[in-house]
Amino acid sequence: MANRWKNDLTHESVTPAGAFFNRRQLLGGIGATGALAALPTGSGAQAALTPNSLEDISTYNNYYEFGTGKDDPAKYAHMLTTKPWRITIDGMVDKPGEYDLADILSQMTMEERIYRFRCVEAWSMVIPWNGFELADLLTLVGVKPEATYVAFETVLRPEEMPGTRFPVIEWPYVEGLRLDEAMHPLTLMATGVYGMPLPNQCGAPIRLVVPWKYGFKSIKAITRITLTDTQPPTTWNKANAGEYGFYSNVNPEVDHPRWSQAKERRIGAGLFAGREPTPMFNGYAEEVAGLYEGMDLKANF
Amino acid sequence: MTRAQRINTALRRVPSWPLYLLGAIPAVWLLAQALTGGLGPDPVKALERQLGEIALQLLVAGLAITPVLRLTRVNLIRYRRALGLLAFIYAALHLTVWLVLDVQIPAQIWADIVKRPYVTIGMTAFVLMIPLALTSNAWSIRKLGPAWRRLHKLTYAVALMGGVHYLMLVKGWQIEPMLYLAGIAALLLMRLRVSAALGATAARARSV
Repeated sequence: MANRWKNDLTHESVTPAGAFFNRRQLLGGIGATGALAALPTGSGAQAALTPNSLEDISTYNNYYEFGTGKDDPAKYAHMLTTKPWRITIDGMVDKPGEYDLADILSQMTMEERIYRFRCVEAWSMVIPWNGFELADLLTLVGVKPEATYVAFETVLRPEEMPGTRFPVIEWPYVEGLRLDEAMHPLTLMATGVYGMPLPNQCGAPIRLVVPWKYGFKSIKAITRITLTDTQPPTTWNKANAGEYGFYSNVNPEVDHPRWSQAKERRIGAGLFAGREPTPMFNGYAEEVAGLYEGMDLKANF
Repeated sequence: MTRAQRINTALRRVPSWPLYLLGAIPAVWLLAQALTGGLGPDPVKALERQLGEIALQLLVAGLAITPVLRLTRVNLIRYRRALGLLAFIYAALHLTVWLVLDVQIPAQIWADIVKRPYVTIGMTAFVLMIPLALTSNAWSIRKLGPAWRRLHKLTYAVALMGGVHYLMLVKGWQIEPMLYLAGIAALLLMRLRVSAALGATAARARSV
């Protein structure tokens, strides 16, 4: 089942992490000297898939378990113990149980996937994930025919997660996918970026990545996966159902009630880059539009 | 001489103009940081957010001056104009970053002002600050007389709108904007209580 989806860009076209570390300082420096016009504008599909630096990816995070500031996760996520790590897989599965992450990983095919990542807050990055297809894990545990949804839960350890002392949202963080979304070849369980283990602030040791949905669907530090036949509750939907739907597919035509989703700020593009248009399904319409055929995407936002 | 009187006497020798220079430092520093990559991966948002937050802090500081006088007898009123004008300048810079570096597209800007309540409120607060900034001079105070005081009560509305604007733009129930709004509400409530108490004293005086 692995390798069902291929990047347009090959591994060779990804600049190594190190070359990106100081890119922003470089951009900033050039901007300051007034030579900005000489820079490439960063438009076009190919340019848009230039991955962000590891620094961008690991210092600009929404992970409210460690605080609501973008830099809080980088400051505090080191407190989280990620080894050993066990995932409870239960509900409508043939082989329910508590699985050791290392055991799971030994049976999975790891791949690199360079995905766009679009936050509901209208910013975006491009991230070279390492991980395996969620479908492979679900096949491993055996999904019972009556299951139609997959529910996920983030670990909740108040002593290691200072942000959970405040009821910013309801803890633990929970998310969910329809089974066909979960089985889609694009849906990844990520354990790394740039070929390295995930930094804690990015959701180590294992997180979901659903590139055609807003970032908050891609739940971090997963400790439980439950197969069910009812639509599972999801954290942001519980916090504000009028603003965050169960599907939360990236859709430039359906605005968030408080802001437009038509355009996005590309993280790392610099001070003067402005916004670029957000593509339907975050650029994965060809792959996933079929999942929602006949559905009113305005009503099922 | 009480301690408050000693402080007030000492303050008489401290002019207010250095406040404008001090107030310019964060703006210059933020701009330098933004141009040299010091504001993190999303410099536009960081700049926008920090300028807005400083504007809010200056509004809170301006609102605190009267309660400080009433509670401690320390008189800082001569510094209030600088605080108010700096708040206006930071709000203007915050708005400029949003217009020029963030949204950029005029049609989108207008749509946001009309359609997005938090933008509408923020924009309204800024517009209300314009007459306050324009009349923050001795000539206007003389010219407008008692109307000047009434006009400048708009600051209360501006600060409240600023606090609500912040609370409305964050996701979830975040502590910081709630603290700002609570602080602003407290500073305004203190005035209500004082004027209610003064009203009661006046009524008592009349009834005697």
